[in-house]
Order: sequence, then C-alpha cells, then structure tokens
Amino acid sequence: MTIAHGVAIATAVGISVVVLELVRRRQLRDKYAALFLLLAGGMVLFAIAPSLLTGLASILSIVSVPDALFFVGLLTLLTIAVHLTWEVSRLENETRLLSEELALLRLEVESTYREADVQDPPG
Amino acid sequence: MSENLPDKGTDNPTRPYQRVLVVTPAYNEEASVGEIVRQVQAAIPHVEVVVVDDGSTDATAAVARDAGAYVLSLPFNLGVGGAMRVGYRFAYRKGFDVVVQIDADGQHDPADVPALLAALDDADVVVGSRFLQTTSYPVGKIRRFAMRVLAWRLSAIAGTPLTDVTSGFRAVGPRAIPVFARMYPVEYLGDTVEALVIATKSRLRISEIPVTMHQRVVGEASQTTLKGTFFAVRALGMISLARFQQWPAHQQGEVE
Repeated sequence: MTIAHGVAIATAVGISVVVLELVRRRQLRDKYAALFLLLAGGMVLFAIAPSLLTGLASILSIVSVPDALFFVGLLTLLTIAVHLTWEVSRLENETRLLSEELALLRLEVESTYREADVQDPPG
Repeated sequence: MSENLPDKGTDNPTRPYQRVLVVTPAYNEEASVGEIVRQVQAAIPHVEVVVVDDGSTDATAAVARDAGAYVLSLPFNLGVGGAMRVGYRFAYRKGFDVVVQIDADGQHDPADVPALLAALDDADVVVGSRFLQTTSYPVGKIRRFAMRVLAWRLSAIAGTPLTDVTSGFRAVGPRAIPVFARMYPVEYLGDTVEALVIATKSRLRISEIPVTMHQRVVGEASQTTLKGTFFAVRALGMISLARFQQWPAHQQGEVE
C-alpha cells in the first residue's frame, strides 16, 4: 500500500466524519449525506483493492487506469453539479414566491391596523 | 412598522376598488417616485397606484406612501420582474381589471396612460413604443440594432408588428392579469421581452401605440453597451427556448 492509498483512505474517512457530524447537527439533509458516504465508500474500496480500478478501466475500454478514475470522478461531480443547480433554481423560485407573499401580507397587516386605528401594533 | 404608516385612512386594500391599478416598481427611487405617483393620480381619474419597493435602502417606501400610493415592500431586491409579479398578484387578488406598468424613474409620461387604456379595447397587452413616432429619446447604435433584432423576432412570434419590445410602459387587460400573476419573468432586463413571449404563448393579443419617453429624471440608465449586448443575446436565446418549453410553464405558486 502506497502513501497515495493512505491519503485516499484518510480523506474518505475524514469526509465521512464531517458528513456524519453535519447530519447529527441536522445541518445536512440525509439524501446528501447518503450520497457523500457512498462516494467515500467508493474511494476506500478503490484504495484497498486497486485491481477493481483496473477492471473498471477494461470495462470502459480505457487503456490508462488513472484516466478511468478521472473519467468516473468527473462524471460523478458533473452529475452532482447539475443536481445542485436544479435544486438552486427551485429554491430561488420558492424564495421569490415567499418574498412576494410577504410583501402582500405586510400591506394587508398594515392596512388592517390602520383601519382598526391601533396605535401600537405588536412587533 | 407603525412609524411608516401615513396618518390618513384611505389606503385600505379591502375596500372596493376602482378598476385601474398602476404598478410602479421602484428600487432606490426616493428622488422621483413621489412625483410619479402624483402625476399618475393627476393624469387618470379614480386610479389606484401601487409602488413595489424592491428592497430599497432609501426612503422610497415612505415617499411613495406619503404620495398616496399603496406600497408593497419586498424583503430584498428581486429585480424588476419579481417586483412586477407581486404587483400583478396584488391586482389579481384585489380584482383589478387593468394594470398599467410605469417606471419610477420618470421616463414614462403618465399623460400617455389614457391612450394605452383606450387601446386595451382591441388587445390584452398594449405596449407604449418610443419608436412609432419621432422622439428625442436617445438610443445608441448598438442598442438600437439589438432592439430591432429582438423586435423582428418577437413580431414574428406574436404575429403582429412590434417596434419596441423592451419598453416597460404597458397596459394589461383582464385576460392577461391572471397570466402575469402566475408567471412573470424574473430576469434582470429580460423581463420586458420575456413577458411578451409569455403573452404570445398564452394566446394574448399584443398591440403597440406611440408614446413619448423622457430621459430619466434622476439616476443612471441601467444599460451599458456590454450589459446591453449580453441582455440582447440572452433575450434571443430565451425567445428560441420558449418554443420548446412547456406551456403553460410548469411553475410553483398557483394564484389563489
């Protein structure tokens, strides 16, 4: 086992710890936690058994083994990026909607208080 | 919030409305918004004005309120499109029949509004165009070219000749209000063009009438050449994209 293998395993373990801690603090949704734990697991697997990587390369008909790793890695990251931008688009839409509703409600509340002639509305 | 309330009791959104609502999106326009509100009220009888304060950091909301407008205050800056949609939602829920969009910076002349309203007899969306007659409105060569290309593309889609698709001076009738209350494009600078695409896709009738446009009263124009070019390219892409998108667009936020 080389230093590179050790670094890979250490990184994977580190990521797992951080992810689990974030889940424990309820700051990371379980679906993303599962995704990153899966990735970390994959890293450990390839580090422990590099022959798996050779097999992967031959399945993908990629001559250079490291290239196979980069290919799979980039594909994974790209997929995650697309998923996240989709989520962000949805979130932007929801935030926009909420802020619009807030503006409408604010006007309603102000007018209601004015009509009731309340001098000191709560808040 | 109570310190911002005007001391008169007329701004009650629950009382029966007149039919015309003027929507004025404003972002840090305290210097001009009060004057615009007063001009609109003077130009059109029985009109209601709502100023959408788009996350301003100055006294825009207070100035507009003191001038007698309803104020919808967004908690942060959404851009003109977001501000317009909240205006349309307000109009839809309160049962207005007509919405007139007027910019807060003074480039639109409220005296043109009656003409816009009259044109609503034969259309659902009426655009005030600065190019249908000779005006002194200064437009750079590149920007003018971009506007021509956009106008040409949109005219083809809309099936009616349009000359000024980026004009934000518009009147919108009862068939179009629910459409825009549900979906009004949020993109900065692109909202004017995309709103027309949405109107076309929703089978609304669009027409144009000539209006005079002034230089902005205060503040700076929001388009530099670079920005303008970027905007034009994106708008063209958006027009092409619209062909392939689901209509009516699948979007969250049904209007109740």
